[in-house]
This record gives sequence, structure tokens and C-alpha cells, in this order.
Amino acid sequence: MIKNPKLWLFFGFFAFFGVILPWIGAEQLDVGAVWGGCWGNVTPDSRIFFQMRLPRVWMGLWAGGVLAMAGAALQVVFRNPLAEPWTLGMAGGASLGAFAARMCPALWWAAGPLNTSQALALLGAGGALSLVLAVARRQGGGGQILLLAGVTVGVISGGAIMAASGLVSPDKLAGFHRWLLGGLDAADWRALGAMMVITAPGAGILAALAGEYNPLGLGEAMAAGQGVEVARVRRWTAIGAGLASAGVAAVAGPIGFVGLLAPHAVRRWTGPDMRLVLPASFLAGGILLAVCDAAGRWAAAPLEMPVGALTALLGGPLFLWLLAKGK
Amino acid sequence: MSGAGQLELQSVRFGHEPGGWELRIPSLTLGGEGMCGIAGPNGSGKSTLLELAAGLRRPDSGAVSLDGRSLAGMGRKAVARRLGYLPQECPALFDYTVEQVAAMGRHAHGGRLTPDAPGDIAAVSRALDAVRMESFRRRRLSQLSGGERRRAWLASALAQEPGLLLLDEPTQALDLHHAAAVMEALARKAADGLRIVVALHDLNLAALYCDRLILLQDGQVAADGPPDEVLSSGRLEALFGRHVEVVRHPDTQKPVILAKK
Repeated sequence: MIKNPKLWLFFGFFAFFGVILPWIGAEQLDVGAVWGGCWGNVTPDSRIFFQMRLPRVWMGLWAGGVLAMAGAALQVVFRNPLAEPWTLGMAGGASLGAFAARMCPALWWAAGPLNTSQALALLGAGGALSLVLAVARRQGGGGQILLLAGVTVGVISGGAIMAASGLVSPDKLAGFHRWLLGGLDAADWRALGAMMVITAPGAGILAALAGEYNPLGLGEAMAAGQGVEVARVRRWTAIGAGLASAGVAAVAGPIGFVGLLAPHAVRRWTGPDMRLVLPASFLAGGILLAVCDAAGRWAAAPLEMPVGALTALLGGPLFLWLLAKGK
Repeated sequence: MSGAGQLELQSVRFGHEPGGWELRIPSLTLGGEGMCGIAGPNGSGKSTLLELAAGLRRPDSGAVSLDGRSLAGMGRKAVARRLGYLPQECPALFDYTVEQVAAMGRHAHGGRLTPDAPGDIAAVSRALDAVRMESFRRRRLSQLSGGERRRAWLASALAQEPGLLLLDEPTQALDLHHAAAVMEALARKAADGLRIVVALHDLNLAALYCDRLILLQDGQVAADGPPDEVLSSGRLEALFGRHVEVVRHPDTQKPVILAKK
């Protein structure tokens, strides 16, 4: 894996965008002023660069990465190439939980980087997935029922958020407008830390399972015969993907389709070997989200387009195309 | 071949569906030398018996043990190094190459989808050679016929190199040529020392290739022995509820079952 040149190529782009994208935005930054900021000579430019742009771009790289990993893993364990946190309802459920914690003072509690919006997001993601799986199981576990149930749970969650937001005072709601559509506006170093505390263990779990995923490509019975503990791999994948979805949603709201776009693009290059697909998806998903966010900031500057809307505009058509192709 | 692979089923009971029949196996040993066939009418419990034997299902009561150890207490990888299992269908999620399909069989040995360890490369080559698919290595599943696809799955189970291999109707829906190719590959592996238990629909294939034949009826063993003894017209008529004629194969003198009008 470490020796794979394709992976290094992905990593090269990942690092390149991590350094280049912070220079893009409404405010034109002066290189010298930013460079001076590194040595204690704080200027407005260096403050924008280090306190706003850098954490935002790196959050995009990280959030896109863990969402893409979650998508790649979910596609294999649920044997559906269209599965990902959003299409399985997990992103919606997580957002509903996070929204409830932020809007209802009785539910809000925080300690350091941990807070109840993450806890309720995790609960929401888990609850949504359980509901979707229960519906699919009643229908014989069939492939498209899973997606139908997942997208519906996502829509219900969105409806619940919209209904509840009617009860919140407009000035309090204004700050959440972007979050509702999925955005990285809230990005600063603390928010990035809060996201990583929850999502890093999730990504770690998925990475640790990378070796178990390949035999699942020929069905659960075959995988069990070849030595995969199918039920355990499924359970831990759900936990890992749940942590990834919840950690991202708690900070950035419902961002969809990164987990669909990145793995599908990556597999064209790497083939289906999950030991390669998982790390490559992380890198590609990160690049995708960070670039979409930069494009959203740049296209109509100083106005911004929420990144969740952009990924939906890119990923939605891919979803439809794959659905029409019947695969 | 690694591991011995002796399976013991003791007073195993498994209720298929409420109100339906129950699989009841007082005592059965699988994994002797050669090829053992399991036959019987549709729904007689062939697949369920294999799934219990492979540890994919747990019996409601009774015990399944592999080489003296309880199957329920063993990790799947430890089981897989001794005992292989090929289900009836292996629906592919992605369009794998034949080599990747075979390489999946190396999972229990720590092998990769792109085999890189010398042991894995050799095992994959042996398996592809055994099913005569060496020249198909780089082909994708979508480019294969039904029979070739089944041989690729078989290569995956063979690359696992267990001591005992269970197969659930590996010739299902294959024409005579491809069915014979699969059975020939199994017969060669059996001659090399792999113990094989294979559920078969086709009694004539079972008679031709198996050293031992178990007939199942309504979840119970109706007969167990050499195909010569097991396949009598009286027993088959009781089993399938139809008149049949058992004649002798002109070359091998093995029983051949003919339907009667």
C-alpha cells in the first residue's frame, strides 16, 4: 500500500490543495504579509490566512476524507454501490440530532471539544441507520429498498429540522442558515479539533477493517467461508461510518454525496482492492470537498455558496446515472 | 493442503421455518478420503446441511466440530484455513478480474487482492490451473460465460487450500460440458488429497464422480454409502415420488438414472 505510486499521486494532490486553497477567497492576501505572520508579525492578512482560511481548507480536506471512507466501506458491507452516509439517512439523522442539541438549551452541554451536539448526532446517525436497515430487512434486505428507505429518512430528518427551525427566533436561526445546507463556515481550529475528536476514531476503525472488506465483494456467504467475521465487520463498519457522519454533521451540517463521488472516481484508477480504495478515497474525498468549498467561496465572492449544495449538484446526477445504469 | 478437515455432526437439529420440516442429523462424519456427494429433492436440506457444516448457521441443538474442536468456538479465519465453503451463488459487487476472485481465497492466509507474497502467488496459480483458467487471469467477470464464472469462484475456494471443501451445487444451471469441467477439476483435486463434500442436483453426475453419496429427504439422511448401493430404483422412487429406471453406464458400470413416463 505504502509503495503504491497511485496513492502517492493522490497524496501529492491532497498536500498541494492543502497549501494552495487557503490563498483563494474573497480577500486577496499578500504573500509577504502572511509569511511575516509565521514569525510573529501579525497582520490582518496573516490572521485571515491562519485563523480562517487554513482551518477551513484543512477541515474540508479532513471532513471530505472521512465521509468518502465511510461511503467506500458502506458500499461494500451493504453490497450497494450507491450507499454512503447521506443516501443511507445517516447524515440526515446526525444533522437532526446536532440541530436539536444546538437549538434546545436544555439539551446543550459541552466539555472541551466534546458536546451534546456530537452525542445526539451520533444517536441520530445510529438511529437512522437502524431504521433504514429494519425497513430493508422486512422487505428481504433488497438493494434499492435500502436506498429508498435511506433517502426517505434523510428527507424526514430535513423536514423535522425545517419544522423545528420555525420555532426558533430568526436572529438565532440566521447563524445556522449555512449549517442547514451543509457548510464549512464555522471552521476554526477549535471546530476542526472537535470534528477530529469524533471522526478520527471512526476513520481508524474503518482503516483497521480495510483487509476484511475484499472477500465481501463476492457475497456474505463466500466471505464467511473465506474467513471474514461478517456480522462483526458490519457492526464495526456501521460504528465507524456513524462516527464519521456524526462528527462532520455536528460541525458542518448535512454534506451529501462525497462518499459516493470519491470512491467511484477512485475505483476507476485503483481497481476494487479496498486496501487501496479506502486511503485513496480519503485523499480524493478531501480534495473534492475542499475544492468545492473553495469554488463556492470564489465563484460569487464576497457571497458564498454552501458546499453541501455544490456536492449535491455534483453527486446527485452521478447517483441518478448509476441508478439508471442499474448498478 | 493444510489442515486435516474432519467434520463431526452430533445430534444436530435445525428448524428451517416454523411449521416446516426440521433438519435432524443424529450422527454424521464428513471429510473422508475422496468425494462425497449430497443429493435429494429440492428443499430436502442439502444447502442447510452444508451451511451448518461450514459454520454459517448455528444448529438449534447439537454440536458441529472440526478436527475435534467445536466450530462455534473457533474464529472464522482458523476455520477457513481448514475448511472451505463455496455457496451456490457469489454475486459480485464490482467487476473483478479472475485473478482477483481467486486471490480472495487467500484471505484467511493474510493474502491480498493483488497477490504479492510468494505463497499466495503460487496458490492462486495452482487454483487457476486446477480449473483450467490460467489464460483467463486478466479477464473480468463480466466477460465470462456462466460456466467460466463458476470455475472462477471454484478457483477462489481452491486457492484457500483447505483440507476439506464444501460446495453447494457448483454445477447448477450449467450445460453438460461446463458441469463436467467443474466435476473433472474437483475429481483431480480429490485425487491430490483434498476431501470434498458436494451438494449435487444431478444424480448421474453424483453417481459418476462420488465415492460416497448421502441422500437427504425432509431434513434427514435417507441413505448413506457408495452410489452403487444408494441409488436403487426403489429408494429413488420413494424419494422423488416418480418411477425411475436405474441402468448401468456402458463404460464405468456406475448407475445411471433415467426418468420413466
